[in-house]
Amino acid sequence: MEHLLTFEHVAVRLGQTPVLHGLITEVSAGDVIGLSGPNGSGKSTLLRAAATLIRPTEGKGTVLGADMATAGPQTRSQIGMLAHEPAVYGELTLLENLEFVARITGRPVARARELLDAVGLKAAANRRANHASHGMARRTDIARLVLTEPKLVLLDEATAGLDEAAVELIATVIERTTNAGGAVILVTHDAAYLDSVTNRRWHLSDGTITEATA
Amino acid sequence: MSFWGQVRELVKKDLRTEGRSGEVFLVTIPFGVLALFLIPLALPNDQDLLRSIGGGMFWVVLLLFGMTLTFRHSESGAQRMLIAMLGVDPVARFAARVISSTALLLAFSAILVPTVVVLYQPVAPPGWPQLSLVVLLVCLGLAAIGGLAGEVTAGLQNRTVLAPLLVAPLSVPLLVPAAQAANSLSSEGSILVPALITLFTVLGVIVIGVLTARSLEEASR
Repeated sequence: MEHLLTFEHVAVRLGQTPVLHGLITEVSAGDVIGLSGPNGSGKSTLLRAAATLIRPTEGKGTVLGADMATAGPQTRSQIGMLAHEPAVYGELTLLENLEFVARITGRPVARARELLDAVGLKAAANRRANHASHGMARRTDIARLVLTEPKLVLLDEATAGLDEAAVELIATVIERTTNAGGAVILVTHDAAYLDSVTNRRWHLSDGTITEATA
Repeated sequence: MSFWGQVRELVKKDLRTEGRSGEVFLVTIPFGVLALFLIPLALPNDQDLLRSIGGGMFWVVLLLFGMTLTFRHSESGAQRMLIAMLGVDPVARFAARVISSTALLLAFSAILVPTVVVLYQPVAPPGWPQLSLVVLLVCLGLAAIGGLAGEVTAGLQNRTVLAPLLVAPLSVPLLVPAAQAANSLSSEGSILVPALITLFTVLGVIVIGVLTARSLEEASR
């Protein structure tokens, strides 16, 4: 089986600070990996490396078949990521934010409104993002993941501060991704949520991963 | 989506964002116009002097206030990440930034020119419509320099201090020939040489911006 993500002795430094080292692992289709570890252990850095937003400083990694050291926009467009802060433009409405994503990724613009309805934002679609709540902006982010259908989904504390319905939406994204042959890596401090949605566990400590049974 | 399709969508998003935030039209432009008012207030009885410095004041205000316009709206880390994760070509991002800034600078110039004419009453040199070409080139060049400085300083905490320090000296090769073009017309000369110098400066900055867009975008993540 071809792996969606591989790390072979990967190390990552941020400036002069070593954050990750000796990472050896892989992610296959259908994997839903719960990533845990203490604050500052490098969980977000690992996700950013998997998203090719930062490059390995040592070792070799691949993501969706591309070399992590050189992967460009084409590879990145097949990876979906939710970071701590919702990725929306404050001066645009929630609908305009999603329509912008649809246009720039070549998806049907009409899907934007359908997906906002699906994530419970029908009434707030024309509200500017900087007048929307964190939860609404996050739901727009979730709709973006459904719209762009990434093969690899990276969720960094994506459930923080969300109500139950929104958390359920993220579970739906995870299910859709794995059913379509993709994989998900999920960082959360909610142990119960990890238990309910993941089938593999990574624990990050001292800059390296240990695999645990989910 | 094609490269130019990405550019088009980014320009639309940028101008729409600007239209709603009003940062340029409600802050930068009124302060630029106010700056033009200050000199006639300080020299109320010296119309000859005002007439002679009117053209220069236009370029100075365009540079100083246009500079702040070109690195308006620093994108948040999340927004920069979004654009990267959507697979947008960093060169398209740079191009879009240059185009939207040029459009805003031209709008700024369109307000500055009549203000200078009313307040300073400069003598229009023969062939003055040719200067619109030079204004266009300066706006394009200033937009490119601002876009480049914005990329170099993206994500830095002190970017609002650093960016002007980068833009101001880099703008000199644009403004000196632009001012010379007006002088050439006044002495019934040709603007060809200063216009060409401005053009090559603009092209040089754009080429540097295009060649460095990917590495600068990556360094700012």
